Amino acid sequence: MTEAVHVEPVVHQAPQGFIRKYIFSLDHKVIGIQYYLLALFSVMVGMLLSVLMRFNLAWPGTEVPILETLFPVGAPGGIMTPEFYLSLMTMHGTIMVFFVLTTAPQSGFGNYFLPLQIGAPDMAFPTLNMLSFWITFVSLLVLLAAFVVTGGAPISGWTGYPPLSALGEIAGPGLGTGQTLWVASIALFCVASLLGALNFITTTIDLRTKGMSMMRLPLTVWAWFVTAILALLAFGVLLAAGVLLLLDRVVGTSFFIPAGLVVSDQMINHKGGSPLLWQHLFWFFGHPEVYIAILPGMGVTSQILSTFARKPIFGYRAMAYAIMAIGLVSFIVWGHHMFLSGMSPYSAMVFSLTTTAVAVPSAIKTFNWLGTLWGGRVRFTTAMLFAIGFVSLFVTGGVSGLFLNQPSVDIYLHDTYFVVAHFHMIMGVAAIFGIFAATYYWFPKMFARHLSERLGKIHFWITFVGVYSIFMPMHFLGVMGNPRRYAEFTAFEFLADVVPIHEFISIAAFVTIGAQLLFAVNFFWSIARGKIAEINPWSATTLEWTVPSPPPHDNFGGRAPVVHRGPYEYSVPGASRDFILQSEPEMKVVHQ
Amino acid sequence: MILALTIWVITLVTTALFIGRYWWFPAVASAHGPALDQQFMLTLVVTGLVFILAQLGLGYLIVHFRDRPGRHVRYSHGSNKLEILWTLATTVLFFSVVLAGQDIWASLNLQNAPAGSLQIEITGQQFQWNVRYPGADGKFGKTSNTLINDSAGNFVGLDERDAAAQDDVVVPTMAVPVNRPVELLLRSKDVTHSFFVRELRIKQDAVPGMTVPIHFTATKLGTYEIACAELCGLGHHRMRSVIEVLSEADYHNWLKERSD
Repeated sequence: MTEAVHVEPVVHQAPQGFIRKYIFSLDHKVIGIQYYLLALFSVMVGMLLSVLMRFNLAWPGTEVPILETLFPVGAPGGIMTPEFYLSLMTMHGTIMVFFVLTTAPQSGFGNYFLPLQIGAPDMAFPTLNMLSFWITFVSLLVLLAAFVVTGGAPISGWTGYPPLSALGEIAGPGLGTGQTLWVASIALFCVASLLGALNFITTTIDLRTKGMSMMRLPLTVWAWFVTAILALLAFGVLLAAGVLLLLDRVVGTSFFIPAGLVVSDQMINHKGGSPLLWQHLFWFFGHPEVYIAILPGMGVTSQILSTFARKPIFGYRAMAYAIMAIGLVSFIVWGHHMFLSGMSPYSAMVFSLTTTAVAVPSAIKTFNWLGTLWGGRVRFTTAMLFAIGFVSLFVTGGVSGLFLNQPSVDIYLHDTYFVVAHFHMIMGVAAIFGIFAATYYWFPKMFARHLSERLGKIHFWITFVGVYSIFMPMHFLGVMGNPRRYAEFTAFEFLADVVPIHEFISIAAFVTIGAQLLFAVNFFWSIARGKIAEINPWSATTLEWTVPSPPPHDNFGGRAPVVHRGPYEYSVPGASRDFILQSEPEMKVVHQ
Repeated sequence: MILALTIWVITLVTTALFIGRYWWFPAVASAHGPALDQQFMLTLVVTGLVFILAQLGLGYLIVHFRDRPGRHVRYSHGSNKLEILWTLATTVLFFSVVLAGQDIWASLNLQNAPAGSLQIEITGQQFQWNVRYPGADGKFGKTSNTLINDSAGNFVGLDERDAAAQDDVVVPTMAVPVNRPVELLLRSKDVTHSFFVRELRIKQDAVPGMTVPIHFTATKLGTYEIACAELCGLGHHRMRSVIEVLSEADYHNWLKERSD
């Protein structure tokens, strides 16, 4: 009974042949890059949709002949229809939230660097890993197919509130086949995310190398680990909600459709459903999802601030506990999306307090980032610029949350551009800054070459000033009462005042989006022609910097590294150089 | 260096724009409105200070501690004292602000409308608001969704066989008397809408299958626009009506004109 079980280490043999190596690969590094490229493609599509949306918001009714050529149904006579705008908006939100913000930081970088940072040869379940990616890929194809079916893409927003999303074409264009594809895509994405989450959790628990205790994990690993737990608990609920919505649409059940609806003067034959049930299920997923998008960015920011301030992270334990606290609290705050939904006003008051609690670990993180910079020796690489930008945006996007978590203040601000400003700042651009920071930081490890720092810095400057120019004015639009999800601002007298601000925002958006071409050029040019990178170009301390670039198929050449210290030992007094790798056995202390 | 300057400039411009109030709320026109605006201002002052201090601090740190010859790193893993201090400080600060605003919400939503409030029923539909007054008898007549017939003008399914329904008034725009408590009963017959009047500082979803009550007292004469604030389909951006706040006499005339 007590006989010890001897587990043979899995022998990883590098696959031969193009397909096994690059397409249906089991290697976590290749899968990480696949996820990253999928996110890169998705973000380009998402930004193109923004360009069209911003154009319509600032200059509605303008005749642009090329639009008719491109979208004969969406822009007849070269003028975008309101339903076309709403379909762009729905697809923009869905693509950005799922296929960019959930995909790049967690599935992309997490896949590539989590095993490397804990000293593992691969993820715990390589085949499952491959399956996760390919289901995500199919999910994206299913979503994009909504653009080309009859009726076009759905117009019910990325939150897909029923009854609008449940009733079919009678409620509006795009709500037929397009909406069904949307639900199917979301359900597939949930399955892929659940599989991925299982893999991340198992890998972190089981495959840490000798000496890599939980309190020696890089904060990036903490972030990916907690994010995976959130994903495991949240995506299951969204999957259930998606299946129910699909049943309402296809089979004729009534989970979300109440009795007695009359749509376009026709009785609807459904009974007994509740629109609020969807909102509860959706936001039970939806709020943790915000942290699924942002936690990895927080981890990356900690890693990069410490590296380039040449100083240990300030308050490592507090940082790890704050990540856990944010993860935990994120599951009891969903009702703050529903203060005005018709939900009990008593619940609103409770959700308001739980939401306030989330501000505390967020503030702890900010203070510790500032503490890390304090007394350091700050080097301004492009990665560092984006990490500092992340801190700035995180503060800006965070403080506006303190308005929206108060039901009384939310009465006025709910569903206005104030909310658009808030979530774009924090979960949109702050998270994107995390992705950029990670890209500039880890690119030399992934491709053995550097991204151009010169192009990178230009990219940073335009993007940083750009995103503030786009999203800061939106707070004022919200204060003016400008409702969100309007295709144009032509039907209301009071909205005449908001148009000049929208014009400014649109121009800022075009410039900022244009600047992203610099990044794309830099990325692909540097893969082929960038400056050759050393193994550890940033003089960093974590395990990925001990292996060749790019790392071999089994990462550590069959020999598991042994970890002797915490992840951020920079500028240790008396040490011979200003960083000590986690795997260095003896501290090289020079006594004077 | 330039980064710090940029962060500072962004911070100052933002602060100036908020202090200058160039783009701001419309003047308040309801009894509970001033308290809401005050709570907004309290929150703005507190978050504004946090925002300014954090951004200025961030700028200062990256300038002062930038890498230059002779700069030595102060090796430190943190300070538990500081962790406890800022955890407590933010907890107290943020919860104080939020608790200060709970009263407003409680008085609006936990308490029923005052006795004798004027009741008005609002039914949202793609893409119009239907406003029903109970008429001279003060009672809403029976309705049934099976009787809804938009093409015949029966938007809310009024049951003409019910005596109480005979004098009900169903109109596309609203009027209320000034300084009199009003209770709105919000409904929808198709998808979720949201009833939003900026000047009155009210917004509430109208959910199919539910009747959601809200109450307010208008305090300033004028005509204000009613907007839909919940995505309801392709005409969401033009789902508009108006609410007129009238003197008691004008209100009665307004209703009488529409009753005949």
